[in-house]
Amino acid sequence: MSDLQGSIEVRHIYKIFGPGADTAMRLLREGVSKKEVLAQVGCNVGLNDVSLHIPAGKIFVIMGLSGSGKSTLVRHFNRLIEPTSGEILVNGHNVLTCDPAGLRSLRRQTMSMVFQGFGLLPHKTVCDNVGYGLSVRGEKSPEARARIQYWIERVGLKGYEQSYPDELSGGMRQRVGLARALAMDSQILLMDEAFSALDPLIRYDMQTLLLELQSTLHKTIVFITHDLDEALRIGANVAILRDGELVQTGTPEQILQQPADDYVRRFVEKRSLSAGTPTH
Amino acid sequence: MNSIFFDLSFVDQVNSAVMTFVTEHGDFFHDITRVLLVNFLVPLEKFLLGLPPLGVLLAIGALAWHALRRWPIVLALVAGLYLIGCFGLWDKLMQTLALMLVSTTLTVALGLPLGIWMSSNARLRRVLEPVLDVMQTLPTFVYLVPVLMLFGLGKVPAVLATVIYALPPLVRLTDLGIRQVDKEVVEASRSFGATPWQLLVDVNLPLARPSIMAGLNQAVMMALAMVVIASMIGSRGLGEDVLSGINNMDMGRGLQGGFSIVILAVVIDRISQAYGKGRRERQALRDNKGAQS
Repeated sequence: MSDLQGSIEVRHIYKIFGPGADTAMRLLREGVSKKEVLAQVGCNVGLNDVSLHIPAGKIFVIMGLSGSGKSTLVRHFNRLIEPTSGEILVNGHNVLTCDPAGLRSLRRQTMSMVFQGFGLLPHKTVCDNVGYGLSVRGEKSPEARARIQYWIERVGLKGYEQSYPDELSGGMRQRVGLARALAMDSQILLMDEAFSALDPLIRYDMQTLLLELQSTLHKTIVFITHDLDEALRIGANVAILRDGELVQTGTPEQILQQPADDYVRRFVEKRSLSAGTPTH
Repeated sequence: MNSIFFDLSFVDQVNSAVMTFVTEHGDFFHDITRVLLVNFLVPLEKFLLGLPPLGVLLAIGALAWHALRRWPIVLALVAGLYLIGCFGLWDKLMQTLALMLVSTTLTVALGLPLGIWMSSNARLRRVLEPVLDVMQTLPTFVYLVPVLMLFGLGKVPAVLATVIYALPPLVRLTDLGIRQVDKEVVEASRSFGATPWQLLVDVNLPLARPSIMAGLNQAVMMALAMVVIASMIGSRGLGEDVLSGINNMDMGRGLQGGFSIVILAVVIDRISQAYGKGRRERQALRDNKGAQS
């Protein structure tokens, strides 16, 4: 069982937006394309038969352009979005069969999430924001407070405990978001374009911080990005999505050396062009 | 004879329906009246009238200072209330205040949960929106007559008419405020496993607070606008003077009463608006307080 701890197994996930999902599902299974489904049924296909194995203890990057379904996919893991069909196994248990209480316990104990727009509570201090997840879980002991302080210092926000989010820069706000997720001490960290709203230098610093933290934490981190450089820098494995379909999965080297199709090749070529000029 | 219109009228049907309803259920509604009067309105009014005016002025001054933190405005508000006392209308001011407090409390007790419910239920919103529209546009006198028949003359129908009139803005602005809360913050809260109650108390209500306070402010202002009408159905208070001014062509007395209502409106408006201000401003105020203590 121990190799299951912290792993995520995604099996044949479909997500169809709009009414008429049943008809759309049938058409998709018959091999009709996403465009034709939209034309025939009026349903937008968000994810089309995505299967993934996300191993425990590593950074797994899901990459794709906007509209590729990557943010939709990661929201399936903690069921912020319900799939139309498929299975998601976290630690070997299917999360889609959880009742509301089981789902809350999954979100409170097993997975925490970092958001692109930070998702901080504007009326709470840095300290209370970092402790938000713990307070939801009902932890208000001195031990919990010490944990909050520990993570505030680990992400480099010492001295800002009593500041409010709107008094902080973007990079510092995301440090709060990261500390809030880490304070939960959960096995799995979901990061939805966590660094995409930051400017390049800050983004680089945050990637460094994340790698530093990960070298001691060994969490399962699912990292969503649209930036191949970021994906290759931090990912142990990279999955590439396009139009709701999985295009390629592999290590950064495999992606660079054997791009699965033209879509991936274009990403890689664009990167080798920009690699000639200093980006940072 | 050659008119294109049918002869149509529901006057008699409505009249007989109301009459039967009143004769059959009148006692029940009179019980409601008695409970409201005996338990809320009369004791509150007695309590407010029993307070020394100086104490009331100081308490309102303290509340205004807590909300506004600016001496000139606080002094102007207290001076305005003092002026009402100078007009000899202090007792009526307290009676009006009692009426306002009870009807505002009822409005909040009904409006806030309704607004919260509406924000999370699109079907309820579709049903409720036209009802709220009717409540807002139907002239008060139309529903005042049946309300009078059911609840009798005096304070209670005044309170109920005020609640009907003041409820829509609070419900609407609560609903709007909650629906405008940043979706990502709500998502973040859910992703940490917040229960619906935790989501409401920690996220939705605090973030919708400016909008809800604007709704409360509107509700109170509309309730004040009902004061004169309330006095027409026998409720005591500042409206009485306006009414008797109109009835007796006593312009001076009418204006004095009207002026007092305006002062009360300004006082309540300033204080309740200040409490709806954003966190930043309140934080600045809190820092001031910390520096002084």
